[in-house]
Order: sequence, then C-alpha cells, then structure tokens
Amino acid sequence: MSKLQVSLYRYNPETDAAPYMQEFQVDTHGRDLMVLDVLHLAKEQDNGLAFRRSCREGVCGSDGMNMNGKNGLACITPLSEVIKGNKLTLRPLPGLPVIRDLVVDMGLFYQQYERIQPYLQNDEPAPAIERLQSPEERDKLDGLYECILCACCSTSCPSFWWNPEKFVGPAGLLQSYRFLADSRDTATRDRLADLEDPFSVFRCRGIMNCVAVCPKGLNPTRAIGKIREMLLADAT
Amino acid sequence: MSTMRSLSFDAIIIGGGGAGLRAALELAKSGKKTAVLSKVFPTRSHTVSAQGGITCAIASADPDDDWRWHMYDTVKGGDYIADQDASEYMCSEGPKAVFELEHMGLPFSRFDNGRIYQRPFGGQSKDFGKGGQAARTCAAADRTGHALLHTLYQNNLKNNTTFLNEWYAVDLVKNASGDVVGCIAMDIESGEVVHVKSKATVMATGGAGRIYASTTNALINSGDGIGMALRAGFPMQDMEMWQFPPTGIYGAGTLVTEGCRGEGGYLVNKDGERFMERYAPNAKDLAGRDVVARSMVMEILEGRGCGEKGDHVFLKLDHLGEEVLGKRLPGIVELSKTFAHVDPAKEPIPVVPTCHYMMGGIPTNVHGQAIMQDAEGHDHIVNGLYACGEAACVSVHGANRLGGNSLLDLVVFGRAAGMFIEGALNEGIDYLEASESDVASAMKRITRWNESESGETVPDLKRDLQDIMQTSFGVFREEENMVAGVKRLEELRERIANAYLPDKSNTFNTARVEALELDNLMEVAEATAIAALERKESRGAHSRYDYPDRDDVNWLKHSLYFPAEKRLGKRDVNFAPKTVDMFEPKVRTY
Repeated sequence: MSKLQVSLYRYNPETDAAPYMQEFQVDTHGRDLMVLDVLHLAKEQDNGLAFRRSCREGVCGSDGMNMNGKNGLACITPLSEVIKGNKLTLRPLPGLPVIRDLVVDMGLFYQQYERIQPYLQNDEPAPAIERLQSPEERDKLDGLYECILCACCSTSCPSFWWNPEKFVGPAGLLQSYRFLADSRDTATRDRLADLEDPFSVFRCRGIMNCVAVCPKGLNPTRAIGKIREMLLADAT
Repeated sequence: MSTMRSLSFDAIIIGGGGAGLRAALELAKSGKKTAVLSKVFPTRSHTVSAQGGITCAIASADPDDDWRWHMYDTVKGGDYIADQDASEYMCSEGPKAVFELEHMGLPFSRFDNGRIYQRPFGGQSKDFGKGGQAARTCAAADRTGHALLHTLYQNNLKNNTTFLNEWYAVDLVKNASGDVVGCIAMDIESGEVVHVKSKATVMATGGAGRIYASTTNALINSGDGIGMALRAGFPMQDMEMWQFPPTGIYGAGTLVTEGCRGEGGYLVNKDGERFMERYAPNAKDLAGRDVVARSMVMEILEGRGCGEKGDHVFLKLDHLGEEVLGKRLPGIVELSKTFAHVDPAKEPIPVVPTCHYMMGGIPTNVHGQAIMQDAEGHDHIVNGLYACGEAACVSVHGANRLGGNSLLDLVVFGRAAGMFIEGALNEGIDYLEASESDVASAMKRITRWNESESGETVPDLKRDLQDIMQTSFGVFREEENMVAGVKRLEELRERIANAYLPDKSNTFNTARVEALELDNLMEVAEATAIAALERKESRGAHSRYDYPDRDDVNWLKHSLYFPAEKRLGKRDVNFAPKTVDMFEPKVRTY
C-alpha cells in the first residue's frame, strides 16, 4: 500500500525565519479518511504541528483550511473529494496573518462580524411569552442562521483579501442579512445606514468564491444581493 | 514567579459554552468586572453540537402543558436520584429562560400560530405519566445548540462581555483558608502563564466524553473543570453515571438526535423488527435513553444485530419522506451522508449506543455554589467556587438525563449562578489573598510538563486511557472487569506522572494543551471507575450484570468521590421540593 504524500505548511515564529512546506508520508491503510484524521496522524509524527479542531463533525467551524487549493473544513472533507495524484497539500486559510502552522489570526474576520451588530435589536417591550413569528417569516432565516464562522468564505474572497478592514466580507454580510431578514428585528434602517458606503457591501464583485467553498452550502452572494436591493430601495 | 503577570476580576467564568455564556451575560448586564476564559473561540464549544432541542413546558404544542409534568418526567428519568428541589427549580424557571432566549433572537422553528415549535422526545409524558406522550422539546430544526450558542455569544457581544479567547485554565488557586480565589491560566497564542485573581470562579467547562474511545463528544471535552476541582481536593458527585444514548453513527461516533425518533423514526434489528415494542410496549422508541440503549445492546448480544459483524442496529427514517427530513432534520441528513455514507431518505442509518453525557460533576446547589462534605457528612459551601452546566451536578439528571434537558440545564443554572454571584458581589466578598506558595502549588503541574525530559508521550497514554474506560466501564459493567480496570488506571496514573512533552515552544503550542488535558482525563476516569465499582446496584445509566436490580435501601443516594483518599461516600438526595409534593420512587417502566 503506497502512503499518502502530505505536504504541510509549517511556520513557528520562535524557530523559523520563514514559512516552508514539510513533506509527510501518512499511512491511511487504504481508507477514505477525513482530512482531519490525516492531520492527527501527521501530528503523531511531529507533535509540534499546530491546527485548530473541536467538534470533528462540521458544526463548530474550527478547522477551516486550504486543502489542495480549496478552502473547506478538514473534519468533513474526505480524501476522495480533494486528493490529486495521491498528494494532499494543506495550507492555512489565505489572507489572514499566520500565528503558527495552520493556525491563523482570525481577528480581522471577527471584527467584521462584530461590526454588523450581530444580535437581534427590537425596541418594543418583550411580551410575557415568545415573540410570534409565522413559519413563512421564519423560513426567511433558513440559509442564513446556520453560519458557523469558519471563515472559509471570507478568506477565499479577493475583495476581502484586498480590503479586509473596509469590506465586511461574505460571512459578515450573510449575518447582516440574517438580522435584516428577521421579522422580529426593528433596526433595519440603522443597519442599512451603517453599510451605506462604497466599501462595506459594494466591494463585492460577485465572484462567488464564497458560494463555491461554504461547507454548510450557504449562499452569501445571494444575501449580499438582497442587501444591495434594500440599500437601493432605501435610497430612492 | 515574581515576574508572573496577574489579572483581577470580580468573576471569572471558565468555559464559553452555553452555561458559561449564560452566566456571563447575567454578570455583564450587572456591570461587574467579568471575563469568560475559554480554550476555544466560544462558538466552537460543544454546546454547538446539540441538535434536537431544549425541553421546557412553554405550553406551545399543548396549551395545557404543565412544568410539574416535566418535573415528574425528569425525576423518573433520573431513576429518582435527581434532586427534587433542583428539578423543580429548573422546570418551573425554564419557560422564563427559554422566552428570554427567543427575545434575544434565537431562531426557533415555528408552528402555524407563530409559537415555538415543540417535538416529542424520549421519556416525556402528560399528566404525570398517565396522559400519554408529550411534545415538549423546543427546536430550531435540528441545530438547536448551534442556534442557542450563537445567540448567547451575540448577546454577550451586545453587552460588552470581556473574553479571554483561546486561554487555557490550568489549575485553581486556593488561599490559606481553602477558599477558591482564582486560577492559573495560559494564553495559548503567546504561551504566557498568568495568575487570574477572582472573587468568584465559575466552572462551566462542560463534559469529558473523551475518556471513552467511542464518544459523540468534541475533541475538546476533556473534563478540565472536573480535573481542576479534584486536584484542588474537592469531591465529585455521581461520576459513575455516564449516558450512552442509542444513536451514535456506527464507526464515526457522531450523534444523530433523539428528535429523529421524536419525528417518527424507529429502530430495527437485522430481521427488520421494531424491537423496542418488546422492551417498552408503551413508549417504544421514546423510552428513556438508558432503556433504549440497553435494549439495543441486548439485541446485539442475542445475535440480532445488523451488518457483517452484527454489532449495530438500524435507525429507520425513510418513511418520513424527504420533505419532513429536509425541514425538521436537515443536519441529520448532512451528517448521515458525510459519516455513514447513507441518505436517510432512502436507507436506514447504522447506529450504536455511544458515550455522550456526564450526569455527574461538581456538586452544587441551585445557585451554582460548589458543595463539599465534612467528616460528619454535613454539606458545606466552597467559598469562591461555582459550577454550572455539564461540569456541575446540581443534580437534575440523576442517574439518566432526559433528552433536551441539557440545554435547559445550561441556561437555567447559568442564569441562576450569574444572578447569585451578582448578589454576593453586591453584599461584598472578602477572601484572603493567595500567598506566593498558594500560587506556586497551582503552578506545579504545568511546571512538571515544562521540565519533563523523557518518557512516554501524550497520544499513546490517551489511547490507553480510552481503551481502559471503553473496556471496563461501558454500557454494562461487572466487578471483575472493573477491578482490573481500576488497577490499570492506577498504573496509568504513574505513567502519566512521568510522561514527556517534547515540544516546549510557546506560540500556540497545542501539544502542551493536550498534555494538560490528559491529566484531567485521568482524574475524570479514575473518579468514574471507583464510583462505578463501589455503587453495587443498577440504576439509570449504571447497569451491572452482577447487581442487576435497583437497591433503594442502600443506594437511593448520590455517590460522592473524595480524591485525596480515593474513597466513595454517599450524600442524601433532595426529596423536598418547595411548591409541589415530592415524587415517591417507583419502579421505572415505559
């Protein structure tokens, strides 16, 4: 059984002047492992290898990384889906500063999430029970609330690479629309006013890398389109 | 030592899952200087994996629903060692806590009338078991934990909670009087070790399912809070009680929600027989989790298991149709396709009972205050130490937790702890400062790893630990096997005490974190093992071949594990709810 060739991005700022690619041979015993399993096997060869992981079932969003050129979650990506010529190349998510190996500094990504005020706002006093919402109104949140903040989308977006401080990015905008679309939220006007500049929303060029990589099958480009419509309707 | 930086807070909350974030929210609103210290970014916590929902009598599916019925189910489900005052508190305060979550924005699924959608779950009844199956579990599709955790994180952002994300709590700091006055923690990104001083330290560190080889739990569930409290000398309650729910995906261990059966799915053996009709004629597939899991193991042991090895059974969902699956169980469809290579709309999912939940933990009262016991068997409050969520044993789950009660536990008791601590801080808390030697003793463990020069490494030792627990302390237990397991654990403790951390670097050193986690797994495993060996009866999730019956004369009690002597004592169960008559222990049938 030939071993899987795994090429891993390595960088430890304490010991390495520059990042480099390190080759590992991993014995998969012919199984179609998840990429995360391969990382665990590589870590047994080199204890110092650093990557984030938690739920190992695609819901916590810890192990977003670049696998043979495409962003995704290591824990729910089987080798058969990514492997090219018995070779697996793993790099950190592109466009964010690297802390160590596959661990990136998510600070800019979280800042853009916080910027859109990602919480329900409603000035009216809450009733003694829940606020009512029809199933049709609730359906509008499907495809939006499921985001796991893995950053696969924003770090595959050229507009975000270019302007990470000014362009909210696909993940943040998807969440922005999640609250704009919620029948219980009363801050629509303020939310839109905060986005009304040439960068926050309009830097999206419809490249749709975000849609191609989202491990939850969500569609940030569509959400951004809806925000644009609301901004334009608001302006007229 | 003198160069170590210190931080000071009114309250430090260790753990950023549902319980920790709910406690933090209460304290952030009160303006107290509070921080959440979490080893992962909060939305990566294991609460995110909860699927089916949060059980609570909000009277949506049934306008006549009553929290007392929910309390009855909870006490019965726990095989009568759930504390009745705590169960009363959880079930009666629950609706308030759930409506608050909705007001915060949690995207619950809805009924046509606009109210929160509720589905049937196992062990639920109307009218104290006499009125048939209830539908009491409030759901956001099958992603309720995700929706809940994100909503709580969002509302903490709104209220400017301080977060120490990707910080790892190493050990508790106790002063000369034995009060908990903070902890030692490591900033994972820089490796800096800091003394965190605090008037209230809240353990919201979740479960420890990683002591078993086969578990639904996240890789981070290493029982850090339990390990810290045991090393500090505090007792643990009901640690033999581990839940192995019926439907872990065979081979992968990931859970598929009990909501599958709530929506009408059922289990079949290799003959295609719906075997739960034999074991639980009334509730069938919605009997208590322990009952269903044991029935599955019986089917497998008696040769009616599915697959080549006959070592699992099937969960059948295809008759529900693609529309119901897509609307109510979309996450399950995803998980089945990814991990079982099965489309549940067409084929059944192979499932097997898998370790999922720790009913035991740090004993607390309903305010989250940790409890210890003196030599005469009297309860005392541990000054400065609190616990809530899975790390705590308040106890509302007794010997077996009902599905959907864990999320309710998190928000009700996270909230209660937050409110109580706010009050205590307002009244003024004045404990002795920790001395330099108090801090030094909390530094011992991390110092040992940092100075280790040779020995066995962490991954091998962890594998051995998980193998021991899986082999000797699984769904069915018996004396001889457990005695052997306890002995193997004693040897393992010695090996871990001499283990080696090869990578001593500071920047985001995950190997160091895993080494520190291993110590905690060891503490949890040993407490579990000794408690399981000593409880000589079968109750709830604790099933023994050699003691197959419940023994109310000797064991209608909490177990209490004392780490210094490795001794198991007992503690009275509370049978004194404040507003309702207590529920008498009865034979538990479904």
